[in-house]
Amino acid sequence: MGACNGWLQDLSLKIAARYACNGQLNKQKYDQNMDQLLNDFSIGLFIMQTVILLVLIFLIVKFAWKPILNSLNEREEGIENALEEAEKARLEMKNLQADNEKALQEARAERDTMIKEAREIRAKMIAEAEEDAKAQANKIIKQAQEAIEAEKRTAVAELKSQVAELSLEIAEKVVKDELSDKKKQMQYVDKMLQDATLN
Amino acid sequence: MKIARLSVKFLVVLTVLFSLNSAFAQEHAVAASNDEGPVNTNQEINDYIQHHIKDSHDFHLYSYTDAAGERHHVGFPLPVILWASNGPVAFMSSAFHHDVNGEVVVEAGGSRFVNLHDKIYELENGADELVMGADGHHPENASKPLDFSISKSVFGILIIGLLMLFWFSSLARQYKKKNIPTGFGRVLEPLVIYVRDEIAKPNIGDKYRKFTGYLLTVFFFIWISNLLGLTPFGFNITGQIAVTAALAIFTLIIYTFSGTKDYWMHMLWMPGVPVLIRPVLAIIELAGAFLIKPFSLLVRLFANISAGHIVVMSLIAIMITLKGELTPFGSTTLSFILSLFITLIEVLVAFLQAYIFTMLSALFIGMAVADHVHDEHLHDAQGHDIEDTEASRREFI
Repeated sequence: MGACNGWLQDLSLKIAARYACNGQLNKQKYDQNMDQLLNDFSIGLFIMQTVILLVLIFLIVKFAWKPILNSLNEREEGIENALEEAEKARLEMKNLQADNEKALQEARAERDTMIKEAREIRAKMIAEAEEDAKAQANKIIKQAQEAIEAEKRTAVAELKSQVAELSLEIAEKVVKDELSDKKKQMQYVDKMLQDATLN
Repeated sequence: MKIARLSVKFLVVLTVLFSLNSAFAQEHAVAASNDEGPVNTNQEINDYIQHHIKDSHDFHLYSYTDAAGERHHVGFPLPVILWASNGPVAFMSSAFHHDVNGEVVVEAGGSRFVNLHDKIYELENGADELVMGADGHHPENASKPLDFSISKSVFGILIIGLLMLFWFSSLARQYKKKNIPTGFGRVLEPLVIYVRDEIAKPNIGDKYRKFTGYLLTVFFFIWISNLLGLTPFGFNITGQIAVTAALAIFTLIIYTFSGTKDYWMHMLWMPGVPVLIRPVLAIIELAGAFLIKPFSLLVRLFANISAGHIVVMSLIAIMITLKGELTPFGSTTLSFILSLFITLIEVLVAFLQAYIFTMLSALFIGMAVADHVHDEHLHDAQGHDIEDTEASRREFI
């Protein structure tokens, strides 16, 4: 390691010494170079470069840059238009989908209302039928009751008349029987009289 | 796929051209009088790097010395086109026989030329050879003609221009048949969209379309030249101050001429500040618009790319400079690791500098074309915008 460092140091010192020796020469060279720099400006080369560059610009603009830039612009516009159209198509598609969705929604809603209405109608019909049936039943029951009442009344009346007839017959028979004996007739008259006075 | 195949074909053709020319150039053997052969000393390495950083009149690939001691340069010559005192002159750079010391005199069009450090000088009448002035750098008896040569940088610029035209016009053609490009176009398209969406649109705003063509051109030009500079061909296009100056001046002209009324009013007669301060602000704003902005653009690109090239080459040169201390194996390993690392960074810098140049150009244009609404609150926003620019500029410097 140390040996290596020593070797490097030695080398760098040598190089530095070499360039220091050349310092004076370099300074001279520098002045000379600055002089040369101005001297080196070649008017002929300048004119040649100007002329060639002018011709080159003229030709290359006409035959290359103009068509190239035009085509590039056209292509870029084409791409832009295509993108715009794609975007438009996408939007349209979206709208279409939205429309479809809406129609579907509407159809669904309509179906729901229809079902609901049908249900309502059914419920109503059932309710009405029940009502009707009830009313009918009540009416029938009422009529039946009325008929029963009337039957009952006629039956009761008949029964009454039959009971009256029967009781008259019985009474006749009893009276016939009772009043065959004089003593008993008297007793009954007395009793009757007694009752009458009590009233 | 087709584009990729065509690009490959294009590159193959280029390579074949290179190699044909190299074969041709290989014929030239130069007696090594001033060219000392392999680069060995620190001074030579410095000179080599300096030479590489500069523009060159021929396309030099590599040199070697054969068994007979003769120096061979492999590369190919490029045309030299000058506007000299006797009118236009053109000849191939091979006429100089790779001389950059002003020793080989070329006679053409009634004038005599020498190549001194890759600058062509025209000798005065009657002069036979270059005489240096007292300072040792500027020649006494020669003048610089206007140099329109297809130098190495111009050659590179032309290749990049052709490549860009080829790539992007094929991309444009693809759009006629299909919406999404295939092959190499699929690589280019996102880059184009990146510049449009990340540089032009956010910095300029609604009026971006008019300026996107320029920004795209500049972005790809700088990026490709930066990347080309990292190849062994040794281009240094965006490291030429003349090239970056031309680019910066293009931006300057564009934002100056597209400035709205509001822009000029804010520059010359800033509303919302005391009248006495307005002229002072006008001076600052004018200096900012016409000097500081273009200067920062041109120097940033030039300095970054030149510095990158110098650093890469210096790290490669460690192989030679530290050979004594580290043994050849050690210095080569160190140099390889360091230059690999720095080259990766340079690939990033190549993109980054192209992005920054384009982004700042867009920002300056955006500031010039922006519509301001005269409202106290929005003035603050405007002031804030300018601050942001300064902040981002500081970050990049």
